[in-house]
Amino acid sequence: MDFSMLRNLISRYCVGEENWVDNRTVYIGHREPPPGAEAYIPQRYPDNRIVSSKYTFWNFIPKNLFEQFRRIANFYFLIIFLVQLIIDTPTSPITSGLPLFFVITVTAIKQGYEDWLRHKADNTVNRCPVHVIQHGKVVRKQSCRLQVGDIVLVKEDETFPCDLIVLSTSRQDGTCFVTTASLDGESSHKTYYAVQETKAFNTEEEVDTLRATIECEQPQPDLYKFVGRINIYLDGNEPIARPLGSENVLLRGATLKNTEYIYAVAIYTGMETKMALNYQSKSQKRSAVEKSMNAFLVIYLCILISKALINTVLKYLWQGDPGRDEPWYNGKTQSERQRHVLIRAFTDFLAFMVLFNYIIPVSMYVTVEMQKFLGSYFISWDEEMFDEELGEGALVNTSDLNEELGQVEYVFTDKTGTLTENNMEFIECCVDGLVYVPLSVCNGQILPGASGIDVIDSSPEPAKKENEELFFRALCLCHTVQVKEEETVDGIKRGINQGKGTSFYISSSPDEVALVEGMKRLGFTYLRLKDSHMEILNRKEEIERFELLEVLNFDSVRRRMSVIVRSGTGQYYLFCKGADSAIFPRVVSGKVEQIRARVQHNAVEGLRTLCVAYKMLSPAEYEEVCHLLTSAKLALHAREKKLAEAYDVIEKNFILLGATAVEDRLQDQAADTIESLHKAGMKVWVLTGDKMETAAATCYASRLFRRSTQILELTTKRTEEQSLHDVLFELSRTVLRQRRSMLRESLSGLSNDFQDYGLIIDGATLSAVLKPSEDGSSGSYKEIFLDICRNCSAVLCCRMAPLQKAQIVKLIKASKERPITLGIGDGANDVSMILEAHVGIGIMGKEGRHAARNSDYAIPKFKHLKKILLVHGHYYYIRIAELVQYFFYKNVCFIFPQFLYQFFCGFSQQPLYDTAYLTLYNISFTSLPILLYSLIEQHVSMDILKRDPSLYRDISKNSLLCWRIFIYWTFLGVFDAAVFFFGIYFLFDDATFTSNGQMFGNWTFGALVFTVLVFTVTLKLALDTHYWTWINHFVIWGSLLFYVVFSLLWGGIIWPFLNYQRMYYVFMQMLSSGPAWLSIVLLVSVSLLPDVLKKVLCRALWPTTTEHIQNAEKLYLGQLSEFTPLSSQCTTPHRSGEAPSCSQRRSESFPKKLTYSGWNHNSDYHTVRPSPGFGNDFQPSDSGYTLGRPGLETSV
Amino acid sequence: MMASGYSAKEEDGHLPGASGAAGSGVAKSKKPDNTAFKQQRLPAWQPILTAGTVLPAFFVIGLIFIPIGIGLYVTSNNIKEFEIDYTGADMSSPCFNCSQSSSWNSTWPCRCSIAFTLDQPFESNVFMYYGLSNFYQNHRRYVKSRDDSQLNGDKSSLKNPSKECEPYRTSDNKPIAPCGAIANSLFNDTLELFYIDPNGTRTQIPLMKKGIAWWTDKHVKFRNPGGTNLNLSTVFQGTAKPVNWHKSVYELDADLENNGFINEDFIVWMRTAALPTFRKLYRIIQKKSNMTPTLPRGNYTLDITYNYPVLSFEGRKRMILSTISWMGGKNPFLGLAYITVGSVCFFLGVVLLIIHHKYGNRNNSADIPN
Repeated sequence: MDFSMLRNLISRYCVGEENWVDNRTVYIGHREPPPGAEAYIPQRYPDNRIVSSKYTFWNFIPKNLFEQFRRIANFYFLIIFLVQLIIDTPTSPITSGLPLFFVITVTAIKQGYEDWLRHKADNTVNRCPVHVIQHGKVVRKQSCRLQVGDIVLVKEDETFPCDLIVLSTSRQDGTCFVTTASLDGESSHKTYYAVQETKAFNTEEEVDTLRATIECEQPQPDLYKFVGRINIYLDGNEPIARPLGSENVLLRGATLKNTEYIYAVAIYTGMETKMALNYQSKSQKRSAVEKSMNAFLVIYLCILISKALINTVLKYLWQGDPGRDEPWYNGKTQSERQRHVLIRAFTDFLAFMVLFNYIIPVSMYVTVEMQKFLGSYFISWDEEMFDEELGEGALVNTSDLNEELGQVEYVFTDKTGTLTENNMEFIECCVDGLVYVPLSVCNGQILPGASGIDVIDSSPEPAKKENEELFFRALCLCHTVQVKEEETVDGIKRGINQGKGTSFYISSSPDEVALVEGMKRLGFTYLRLKDSHMEILNRKEEIERFELLEVLNFDSVRRRMSVIVRSGTGQYYLFCKGADSAIFPRVVSGKVEQIRARVQHNAVEGLRTLCVAYKMLSPAEYEEVCHLLTSAKLALHAREKKLAEAYDVIEKNFILLGATAVEDRLQDQAADTIESLHKAGMKVWVLTGDKMETAAATCYASRLFRRSTQILELTTKRTEEQSLHDVLFELSRTVLRQRRSMLRESLSGLSNDFQDYGLIIDGATLSAVLKPSEDGSSGSYKEIFLDICRNCSAVLCCRMAPLQKAQIVKLIKASKERPITLGIGDGANDVSMILEAHVGIGIMGKEGRHAARNSDYAIPKFKHLKKILLVHGHYYYIRIAELVQYFFYKNVCFIFPQFLYQFFCGFSQQPLYDTAYLTLYNISFTSLPILLYSLIEQHVSMDILKRDPSLYRDISKNSLLCWRIFIYWTFLGVFDAAVFFFGIYFLFDDATFTSNGQMFGNWTFGALVFTVLVFTVTLKLALDTHYWTWINHFVIWGSLLFYVVFSLLWGGIIWPFLNYQRMYYVFMQMLSSGPAWLSIVLLVSVSLLPDVLKKVLCRALWPTTTEHIQNAEKLYLGQLSEFTPLSSQCTTPHRSGEAPSCSQRRSESFPKKLTYSGWNHNSDYHTVRPSPGFGNDFQPSDSGYTLGRPGLETSV
Repeated sequence: MMASGYSAKEEDGHLPGASGAAGSGVAKSKKPDNTAFKQQRLPAWQPILTAGTVLPAFFVIGLIFIPIGIGLYVTSNNIKEFEIDYTGADMSSPCFNCSQSSSWNSTWPCRCSIAFTLDQPFESNVFMYYGLSNFYQNHRRYVKSRDDSQLNGDKSSLKNPSKECEPYRTSDNKPIAPCGAIANSLFNDTLELFYIDPNGTRTQIPLMKKGIAWWTDKHVKFRNPGGTNLNLSTVFQGTAKPVNWHKSVYELDADLENNGFINEDFIVWMRTAALPTFRKLYRIIQKKSNMTPTLPRGNYTLDITYNYPVLSFEGRKRMILSTISWMGGKNPFLGLAYITVGSVCFFLGVVLLIIHHKYGNRNNSADIPN
């Protein structure tokens, strides 16, 4: 255990290391190999337990205490407490020990509870049953008991409990299908293979007879890499060794699909699985507010120390006169006299520290903890964030970060399942300029944007009809979709065809499924592939049979695929579908222009488009094709290249049939949410493991990239053409040029509408950028990259491994502005990102709860991000900012008079206030109003916050806790303190102020200052409150009343347990004096005056956006409505015939994707949609891109 | 085309809401309550401080404060106060000799008398104070050097005073009663006031020593051990007098009601002053009749039994005669402060009015009508 742990640790820190030296040998089924096998070093592996909790029952108290005292504040209070215990101090140790104990206990309980929840979650995972083969029988085990070497039986739709090597599957060919959606976000089914020699073992007994060992590398986090070897001992002869690669490894977290069952052997378990290695260790996240709190604390600590120092020095200067040090009336004890002067001075210093230590408010930490804990309930209570479908609302896992939600500058979002619903849908197809929408063929109607297509004929000629049917047949035939017959009727399995059919389609590409599905809705149903004949049910309910002759598979270079079929009538057809750029150059006839326009229009709408073409082959031609293909396939040398050449020859001279459009449905209001985030000044990055094309389409659809966004590309493809160095510098030049011109514009005063950039980068390039290069120029790459990123409003990172996502986040976090980042995702592949970001948000997806469990906040849908950030985050931030500032303020008010008093009491550390007042000031007299304020304050109403995302900018960069405001509050505190103290001082100055001539003592002086203090501080908060509910009234006036009642009571009787009765009747005597009342009124008003004046003047002369809104709020109230940036523009749903130009899903258009260089308003493709801003077409790049390549390519 | 016929109907089937309806029934239980508090939609008053709303407040404050201030100032000015320093630090002072010779050890009381003239008659009750300067009664070591439970008559504390009283806790192994530095340094000058008739006869003015301490202090907080009727000397047997005292605590006054711990001079002294310059009520001169002033205009002498040394710490001793109004003694500060603050508020009100008119129109929508 310890050994592997250590190695584990090392492996974590050596991520990316190429050569893995150490190996492990796994005995399948724990059976010893026959003698003669290689020497075996037994290793101990961890069991399959997943641990996400921090504490155990035993280490909770010491570990938690250690964690808590690492906090600067707690440690400080501990020191103060100890000092009070040791030396003779003006205040008793209880005054600081009690609150400290309280804080520690409350925090410990809270953290213990949270950890207990994690334990519970871990347990449910660890206890879920798995099937293990033991002695030829299937045994149920708890997941955590699984050992390396166990043979596991996994059934369809089950999730793999650990990393496994496939031995055999229910399929004859030893393959199985797996979806890794929760690992890397790709939801398509991937095929995994069993080794040739083991795939025949199909029953438990057979599997049990297998004798084999697996040698493989020690676990490492790269999901796509695996090197291993299996040695199979068949007849006691020499073992047969077979290589194992990543195609044999089933990873924990992935799910078995379309395969009845598999047998597999566990190789990595528990915390060593690749999924677990991709987790990051949980480190405690600290919010920016807490950081500035700590900074303020240090300032106050300095103030405190300097106060104590000043007083100590002054004390000894003042005492230089012996008559002052020890006048006859005030003798010292013998031991005091004998003490060395340095010791005395040091003790005095400590005593001053203790006297003034209240300036650092221990109660602030309690209040902040309570505020966070209680305040987080508002998130889980929020009805708007409740999802009816899931039946769940938002969850708060860590309440420490509430206010951080109001500070987010970078949003890193996953694509699959977060932005999109991961659900492809066929939208339309276009045949010869006619647009078909499934189930509602809008023939003759002018579809959105279709005005550019001039040939819309409502009376189809026979030729057209023929073409149309050919198109449909083409789509039914040209694919690699498999049909799965549905055996069970009870609908456990989610058929891809909703409703009618009893079978559903499976493919490695969801687009293909969507297309075939769409064809079905248009009347042509692909039934099955039987005896190499494809069967289609046409509109007349007749079955057409086509013999499938050849499949020219898809590859990403060609970006197309073809099939050659022979129809029932004996004609040879070649159907081809592919990206428009791959098809158009090969087309010789067909209505190219109309289709091209339509394709572009669809691409602009954010749809994934494909073009379909065909050609007829004569038997002779077919022979030739056959010959070409077979010769290429049989070639031993450079087969790939020859195949590609053959394809190139075959796939040309097409007749264009039409185009299709498929949509990866965005989540509800995703585009609106992203737009709001943009408006709120956040930068949104999409990090996905998915393909670039797919991801880019989503980005357009979700308005991450707008039609005006200029796309910068930093992909493998480009870096192959140019060196990374050149590309980076070129891009940064482009961006910087823009920024310079922007600066000029902003100087001239109108700069609102500037060009924004979007960057696309893929995982490989990213690691190249981040990789420290040999010549030491790595730093500059990183810097340039960051520089480019900073100037891009949106960035798309595709093909990311989970850890790379975290790396990106880390990179941005570490950049010099130290921005606050937010990671949002739904799958296990997002966990590392979620943990790395300042705020991690999990979406409660369909793909398991990994993300939600490891996140700080879990929300049901992406759209809820808007509310949680713009409303909750904003509120939390202003609340806690006020809380922090106010706490420092009120403690300055509290302690500064004590400091001043030292000048009048011979620097003797005489406290101004009674012990009870000292202790209770922060705990009860002034704590509840600010706590309540920090729970329910709303400076502007919720609806306005949602409607006006730009208000979020008002609080960005921790603006309410910046030094300027902090200093203002501190000076306000000092001013108020001076007012209280000197006000009362002049009143007391050798004068009577009772009507019976009796005099007051020092405790009355203190009580009077304290009364003014409590009233001022509470009323100051009342002035700051913008949202007066009955609770506010109750608490504010209630706590003032409580103070009065307490003081009356405290002074009302002789308290038997106290050894002093200094406060006896002091408060009542004070209230019996007229001037005391008058001076309280006067001093409270004087203290509040400057703040009121500042507020009023600032609001009148330099109002902030928020204040403008507040002023105007009442006017708005009449016309409140849910704000969505889009709903204002489009109201009718998009399917209705004359829908306007936008909809939530097919939101904005996007431009032709070209590279970064220039752009040109007068482009050829301006015709499609004359909507504003769309005409921004880019000039062809200088890097060899096809001119005017329309639309976004979608590879199928 | 064939499909055109059934477009509308099918569209209905694709309404987005249709799919969600099924799940909601099950989920009801988890749904958060739609209460105003949980949804943060409690009805609330949302005041905003703008120039417009604050303006009236400023004027009102100005208008209220200025008259109060004037009233206070006038009242304070009407109070008559007479102060005389009898420290005797100057050679010219009659008490110079006493001040030089006096110390705690001197057994023989030193007497001196100072003549003074009142230019105006003191009409109502006159309060006689002694004042000390540069005397740090608020020094921490001093303030805490007392035992409140001993002073409250607790017998065990009488025999075993609190540690806080050190070094005035025991004397010759006997516990000191009352212990501590405060009690030890009890002010023990005796002041007597004589009126010199125009014809030269000295009339002693009766000084009342009742009512100089807080009622609650005298009756609740301070108590002699063992009740009231006992012979105090037996109660205090086994205790020592404070080292600086000339007589024991049970010999402070002949009146049993004013002896021991409940001696009012002692109680007044035990209430430590807030600032190093302070005055304490010494005696009250009560008004005799409505016709004659309490202290008529004329010449007086103050006879002092000079015991209390202050020169060692550069202190000063004063005797103050003062009348008292409802707002206490003479203190012009409060009145002046009120007048100042009132005027400032009024002035700020005017400034705000200008600002409000100048900038208020700019964002006219801004101001919430009150």
